[in-house]
Formats: sequence, C-alpha cells, structure tokens
Amino acid sequence: MKTLLKGGRVIDPVAGRDGQFDVLIDGDRVAKIGKGIPAGDARVIDVPAGFIVAPGLIDMHVHLREPGQEHKETIATGLASAVAGGFTAVACMPNTSPVNDQAGITQFILKRAAEAGLARVYPIGAVSIGSNGEQLTEIGDLRQAGCVAITDDGKPVGTALLMRRALEYASMFMMPVIEHCEDPSLKGDGVAHEGAVASLLGLKGIPACAESIMAERDISLAELTGGRVHIAHMSARQTLRAVRDGKARGVHVTCEVTPHHFTLTDEAIRGYDTNTKMNPPLREEADRQAMIDGLRDGTIDAIATDHAPHHADEKALEFDKAPFGIVGLETAIPLCVSRLIEPGLIDWPRLIDLLSAAPARILGLPGGTLAEGGPADITVIAPAAAVTVRAAALRSKSKNTPFDGWALKGAAAATIVGGRVVFVNDAVAGAERFQ
Amino acid sequence: MGDLTMLRSRHLLGIEDLEPAEISLILDTAVAMKEVGTRSIKKVPALRGRTVVNLFFEPSTRTRLSFELAEKRLSADTMGMTTAGSSVVKGETLIDTARTLEAMSPDMIVVRHACSGAAHVLARVCRSSIINAGDGTHEHPTQALLDAFTIQGRKGRLAGVRVAIIGDLAHSRVLRSNVLLLTRMGAEVVACGPATLIPVGLGRMGVTVTTSIDEACEGADVLMMLRVQHERMHGLFLPSVREYFTLFGLTAARLARAKSDAIVMHPGPMNRGVEIASDVADGNQSVILDQVANGVAVRMAVLYLLAGGEQNEGA
Repeated sequence: MKTLLKGGRVIDPVAGRDGQFDVLIDGDRVAKIGKGIPAGDARVIDVPAGFIVAPGLIDMHVHLREPGQEHKETIATGLASAVAGGFTAVACMPNTSPVNDQAGITQFILKRAAEAGLARVYPIGAVSIGSNGEQLTEIGDLRQAGCVAITDDGKPVGTALLMRRALEYASMFMMPVIEHCEDPSLKGDGVAHEGAVASLLGLKGIPACAESIMAERDISLAELTGGRVHIAHMSARQTLRAVRDGKARGVHVTCEVTPHHFTLTDEAIRGYDTNTKMNPPLREEADRQAMIDGLRDGTIDAIATDHAPHHADEKALEFDKAPFGIVGLETAIPLCVSRLIEPGLIDWPRLIDLLSAAPARILGLPGGTLAEGGPADITVIAPAAAVTVRAAALRSKSKNTPFDGWALKGAAAATIVGGRVVFVNDAVAGAERFQ
Repeated sequence: MGDLTMLRSRHLLGIEDLEPAEISLILDTAVAMKEVGTRSIKKVPALRGRTVVNLFFEPSTRTRLSFELAEKRLSADTMGMTTAGSSVVKGETLIDTARTLEAMSPDMIVVRHACSGAAHVLARVCRSSIINAGDGTHEHPTQALLDAFTIQGRKGRLAGVRVAIIGDLAHSRVLRSNVLLLTRMGAEVVACGPATLIPVGLGRMGVTVTTSIDEACEGADVLMMLRVQHERMHGLFLPSVREYFTLFGLTAARLARAKSDAIVMHPGPMNRGVEIASDVADGNQSVILDQVANGVAVRMAVLYLLAGGEQNEGA
C-alpha cells in the first residue's frame, strides 16, 4: 500500500532538506522524496499549508514503568502518550521493577511494545545488576536482546571504577553509557535546587555542582577510555561548561536537556506544588538561560523529556515525601515551539535535529532522517496550532504535569510509524486528512 | 489601632503572606488579649461554639500548650491529635488525615509538621482556617509574632531596632519567620551562624550575614538565640559542642558588646552551655519567659482575628 504526502514543508537536517516536497511511502518504507511525485496508485494526502513533515521524533529518555509499576504507566499507555506527542520512537529507562538488567526483561519490554503497536521502543539496559553499582550486567547479552545503551538512571553509576569499566566494556558494542549525574553525598536528602527560593521555602537543597562534579568525573573517564558518555537531563550551567570543555578536547560526550529545564526555574516551586518536583530540580534563571545558550550553540545535542509518570496518590503528599518527576511526552512539541521557535532562539531544522536526528545518532538507531528506502517514521507538526494543556486529557496514565492550563503553540498533527498512521490529532484543523 | 480590622486571608500560613498593617493589627490585638490573662477569670466568649483542632505531627510542648491555652481563654472547643497512636502511624496521608478531621466540621486547624509546606497542602484541601504552628524548616509565624510583640513591649517599637539572630540558621523556621517580619517592620537584622549552617541566599532577604558573633552582638538591641539540635553535632555541620559554644555561644562577655539595655531571647527549648550560657539565660536581660507568656496573648489575637474579629462579636 502506498501513500503520498503532498506538499508539506519537509525538514530533514541530515539530508539538508527544508522546503515543499512530496513524500511517497510504500509499505513501511519511504519510497521517494521530491517535487511533483505522480500519485499513481497511492492514496494522496494533501498536507495542509504550513504543516511540517519531519523524520519521526525520538525521545531518548522515557520511563515506561512496566514491568512493575503499572499503576503509574504501562508500555501501552506510555506509547499512546508518545505518539500523541509526536514521537515515533522512545528509548525506555531500565529502572523498572525488576530492573532491566538481563535479556529476559528486555525481551518482555519489546514484546509488550510490539503488542501495543504504536511507537517503536528501544530499551536501555542497566549498567550494573539491579542498578546497585556493584557488578556489571551482561551488556553483550543486553545488546543482543535489543538494548541500545546502558545506564543506572535514577542514580549515577556508583563508583568511578565501575563507570570506567562500563565505558570500556560498552565500547565493544558501540553503546553509549547514559549517566544520571548527581553526587549522592552532595544531593543528600535534598528536594529542590539549592538557592534562594529553596532557602525561603525551607526545602533542602541540591546544589548545581552535585550534577557538574559527576559530569566532570564521567567526561574525564570517557577521555581516559575513549568510551562514549551521554549526560542525561542536564540542568546546571556548570555541567554545560564541563560538556563544552570536554567536546573541545575531543572527548566523546553528548548531552540532552528536557523541555522543563529550558522553560521553568525554581520560582515554580513556590506554593509547594509537587508537580514541580523533579530530579534534577528546576534551577535558576542563569541555568535556564545557559540551557538555551547550549541549544543555540550546539553544545546540547538532544532534547529528551525524562517522561516520569507518577500516580496522583503518590504526588498528593508533602513536598519532601512526593516522588521526583513529571510526564513530558505530550507537552514536548508545544514547549519547544513556544519557548524555542516562537521567540526565534533556534530554527526548525535545528529543532528537528535535537528531537530526531541527534537521538538517532547518539543511540545508533535507524530513522532520524527521511531517506529513500529508510523507515517511514514521520511526524507531521502543526506549528501554529493553539493548544491548551489539560492534565486530565493526557493519554499518559499519570497526569503529573506542572503545565496544566498553559496556553501554548504547536502540536503533533499526525504520527506515522512504519508507514502506518498511529495518531491523528482531532484538535488540530486539517489533521483529519491523515485519518 | 489602624483602619484595618481584619486579616485578608482566612489562613495564617506564614509571615510571608502578611502585610505590615496586618502584622500591626495582630500585635495591637494581642495587647488586649494579654489583659485577659491578668484577670481572675481568664476567659472571654469570643470563640464560643467554635471548634479548633490542634494537629501536631511533631513533638511540641510550648507551642501546643500555648495554642491550647489561647483557645480555651477564647472559649473555643478544642481537640488535639498527636502522631503517636494515631492513624498517621498506620500510614494515613496528611491529606486524608485532614479530610477525616474536616468531616467533623472544625472551624480552625492548627498544624505542626516536620515537612516544609505541610500547612500549604492543608490550606489547598481544607475548608477550615489553617494556622501554621511550624512547618519543617519553613515558617513558624506565631513565634515571630510573639517575638515581635515581646520586642515591641520592651523597646516600644520595631522600626530601627537592631536584632541579632544567632545559631543554626539553616534549619530554623524561627529565623525565616523573624527575618520576614522584622525586615518588613523596619528593624535591622543581623544573622549569625557557622558557615555550614547559613542558608544560600539569606543575604538577599534584607539581612546582614556574618560568622562573627562579636560582630553580631555589637550595638544590638536584641539578641535572639536559636536552638542548635544535637543531631547537627554528629554530622558534617559542626565538629563538636565544645567548639560550637566557644565560637557561637552567648556569654556574658559577648552580651556586654550589645547595648546596655539589650534583651536576650530564645524560642526554646534551650540547650544550656551550647548556644547560651546559663548566667545569661537566667540573667536580668533575659526575656525568655516573657516570650512564653506573650505567646498565649499573640495566639489568642491570631485565633480571634482569623475567626472574623469584631465581625464575629455577638454573632
């Protein structure tokens, strides 16, 4: 079966493409990209004026919670949320229960993902057994089963020695080690960014250098070993500086930032709303500004959501007691468009690179570009669509977002995975053509 | 008394939400309430028929008793709940506990909790007036009000008074509420403590920060000592009790650096020989027991005003 997407603004930074093109899909592959492609026997979809046709977005940092925490999210609900947010693929973190530290669990995740039949899932395995920071997992076996990277996310890799060995060992399989940078002793039982706001609110602080110190350790170890380290959810300007210096020295270091860290600051925690509690915490304006600088100058490679669903009961507690994390898959496009594109901070090709090409590059995934013969994973974006975030209407099983009620711009109009339209946004005029 | 006769909010969550006129209203009202405590029959009918719940999730002696007495002197019906032996130890959440109590239709809930922001959580879900009796390391508004009442009683004013607050600044809700109140009312505040116990950004709250107790005492009208908890002595904050007292304890020699009529305050409970020498604590410049007495009057004023003040009279 063939489908012809006619006349959208095709943006593909890998191919250096940005303009009005037609995209012909044949089965699960892109057959042809060009101008005035004859329809032939293909079903023709006239892409509404102004819509963007991009290589499928990839969220490289998602917590799907299954197995073990299905009250927060299941693979099926998480993937429904992903495609509604315009993501054709997600990489899922291993801090499930049990931890994804062996091939059998990886296989279970992939089986569930296939049953859901929505976005693609690329599991990330644990660095250490049980993510306990002691003994390496069977990384080769995890790779064989389908893991694309390793991490002990939720916490940092326990010791410098373990990190060194992980970088060395994973390099045999061309896998990056993804690091949740946080010095545990400096974090202590902190719940918010250490700064004037937390001081006033009487909340225990997590200093910015808890992150940067660990990043500096890992960058030095990547330099030593030649391995690849990826810094997850960077939040502090000191960390950005460490990554920038590392890159300048030629170290294989990459990093990501979340939409909430380039949108919000610790001012948001006034009032003790537990939906503003995440790890790393919301930092100061100078840090937020640094994240934007990093997005502009290329130091930051990717945008990832750190989608972290928690049940409403778990969040309806004292600030100290509530878990860290917010959902992010369905608010990513509107925040990127409203906070980065609309103010003219970055352009569309750069945004598509951050959300699609870069994650594919870092994790070594197919996709991230619209190539003839490549997978037909496509995100159609309505950049001018007005959206109001409604927590209750999110597809994710959990509704823990600080953006409830926010009026934003930009939405996924349709999400196509392997040539199949898996999501059509009925709130966007013109999107029904993809039905 | 000024034009203001009521508080804007039905809750007292922190000094942060109070305007100077509201602070003055509470302090002025406390003067009348203090007089009630001098009568042979120490009771007025202002809160007759009102129910007040004292919800204490943290151990407390003086604050809990002070609130109880204030409530009784205003003729409120009171009930108390402490964590031990309650549903809390069975795993009930704060919100569920509050909702359970609310089902009994109280008018006010006085809450003490170890978590900063706990009173805010209750204010979001409760119909009752919430009075914060201390939340974590955030605020303790009635303590700051009774401290201000005590200072005003002794010095006749708050504006221009030099107050040195000395001790564990980082973990003190008394510090935060006092800094907010005193700076708002025009007092000059110096905060002094070991460098390991100074919260980030304190200098931006309109106070002078120093690690020298001699500098803090110099020319002070008020020396407010803060409790240093024993657990801080075993961590990485302080090497020993001995060194703490040497560097930060209030002694007669240090007191002599303050103005000759300076007063010494402490929110209690005191650690004698840790933050304060016994001769100073018991000396004639100490107003520590006045603070306790004033606490009842100030809490009566807060309860009375939150219940509607004059609007409530004869209702």
